[in-house]
Amino acid sequence: MHLGMLLEMAADGMADRVALGPKASGVTFAELAHRARRLGAALEAAPGERVGLVDLNSPVVPLALFGAAIAGKPFVPINYRLADPQLRAIVTRTAPATIIVGEGVAERIGPVEGIEYLSRADALALAENPEGKESDGWGGDADDIAVLLFTSGTTGEPKAAVLRHSNLTEYIITTVEYAGSGEDEAAIVSVPPYHIAGISAVLSSTYSGRRVVQLEAFEPQAWVDIVRTESITHAMVVPTMLGRILDIIEADGQGLPSMRSLSYGGGPMPLPVIERAVGLLPNVGFVNAYGLTETSSTIAVLGPDDHSAAFASDDPAVRARLASVGRPLPSLEVSIRDAIGEEVAVGEHGEIHVRGGQVSGEYLGRGTSLDADGWFPTRDEGHLDEGGYLFVHGRLDDVIVRGGENLSPGEIEAVLLEHPAVQEAAVVGIPSKEWGEGVAAAVVVSGDVTEDELKAHVRARLRSSRTPDRIQFRAELPFNESGKLLRRVLRTELADTFA
Amino acid sequence: MSLVTKPGGRYRSVVDATEIIVVKATKDPIDLRCGGHPVVAVGDEVPSGLTLDPAFASGTPLGKRFADADSGLELLCTKAGEGSLSIGTTPLPLKDAKPLPSSD
Repeated sequence: MHLGMLLEMAADGMADRVALGPKASGVTFAELAHRARRLGAALEAAPGERVGLVDLNSPVVPLALFGAAIAGKPFVPINYRLADPQLRAIVTRTAPATIIVGEGVAERIGPVEGIEYLSRADALALAENPEGKESDGWGGDADDIAVLLFTSGTTGEPKAAVLRHSNLTEYIITTVEYAGSGEDEAAIVSVPPYHIAGISAVLSSTYSGRRVVQLEAFEPQAWVDIVRTESITHAMVVPTMLGRILDIIEADGQGLPSMRSLSYGGGPMPLPVIERAVGLLPNVGFVNAYGLTETSSTIAVLGPDDHSAAFASDDPAVRARLASVGRPLPSLEVSIRDAIGEEVAVGEHGEIHVRGGQVSGEYLGRGTSLDADGWFPTRDEGHLDEGGYLFVHGRLDDVIVRGGENLSPGEIEAVLLEHPAVQEAAVVGIPSKEWGEGVAAAVVVSGDVTEDELKAHVRARLRSSRTPDRIQFRAELPFNESGKLLRRVLRTELADTFA
Repeated sequence: MSLVTKPGGRYRSVVDATEIIVVKATKDPIDLRCGGHPVVAVGDEVPSGLTLDPAFASGTPLGKRFADADSGLELLCTKAGEGSLSIGTTPLPLKDAKPLPSSD
């Protein structure tokens, strides 16, 4: 299926619903489709084989995503926060292309061979011109590339993940009920457009008929203000966002009366933050989602009922599910495998593999990373419990090998975060003469706590080999803007500090 | 008349506005009908002179999924119509899917 079909269905069956913007004055689904078809016609005629975007969130994001699809060209949203040389390198790799840019971006990047810039304002003018020519169909077919997303490159040169129309539409039609949103529902989108969650937010909202209000870029006070003034009912946040939102709500005591569903993902959420969120937002249903760019977003969800059951349970195994990512979607399969590819028993750790129509596992110029049977090795370590709940322990590449024993940083981080004084924690391996690799932790604390107290806290809960050999107290941890910990940066810093 | 289905294949009713897309194809050709008459590929010529069979006129709502457990066929309605879907004369049931919590 083609992305153009999703938009057509929304415009066909929910023409007068507001798709984007304020309830009273926003753009309807019918108008969104007209605008996307006009921009699509212009993009088809524009130079280049791809349509890039280097910009904040704006009404141009959904138009460019659908417009590129209608034009039959891959959509390539690029991280505007990259330093100029990295941004220029990625733009160069996107050529030949027309790239939609926010203010000042073309000047930042400068001329690049094979790249034509189109300003956000001009793109919107093309889309909004009632006299403009509209495409009467869409280019290409379901097997064509719909979106190219550059991975964050926290472990090396950024790779361009390939998402075909068939991957994205399979995800949408199997997880989202068409027109399933109530007319009063509205979602705030504050994740950046170059993140898979930014893409899936556009597609899910369109197919379910949910109004979207955009925030240019995440800022906690602005987020809270929009949720209150626009009666927002749904939101997706990454862990670092949630903590900052809760600080504001706690300080002003106003809550978020309209909010019904808050989804979190994009990294491990510390248990204390979720407990705090449930306490401060008693009427909100919490959803933990786990997914990767290469899997077209979510592959497992822990829904509101799962959260309630875990909170209410005295059974430690059920209670522990608060730290899980829930059960795999019914439309795909998950298998946990050891280093030689054999499926492991329930409860045992291994590499998470996933298979299904939404799974791409393909990188531009590098081909597929699916095995012969269609399984995608995620490079994430995890396990399944008796009830089929999936637990994610972090990247396999981050596993610390200490004296021949494999240690998951995620497990040690989770224990550190249980200490009341610890706000943030990260664990990495650093070179050790004695053990090959040693366990080093970096923590952000509030209140008085000593290194020895924290070591004793971990030792009391995990084996002593998992107790950090060294702990660094810091004002903050290095995160990228999507809330992903920059482990490579931290590993280098801690190795230098403790050398 | 039997169709060889493939995922993404689009078909329309010959007696009403219904259009569908194949989500999961069948191994063997299948006699897919709407409004009592075999469907045709979108873009193909629509035979004239046929009328909606009242026995297959309960409607096909936009955005609904249909699944046949025996053949594995799964369809999505992309344009609503008055006719209803069947395989031969056996009505094609709605796919029973529990809504998932919204995650994005």
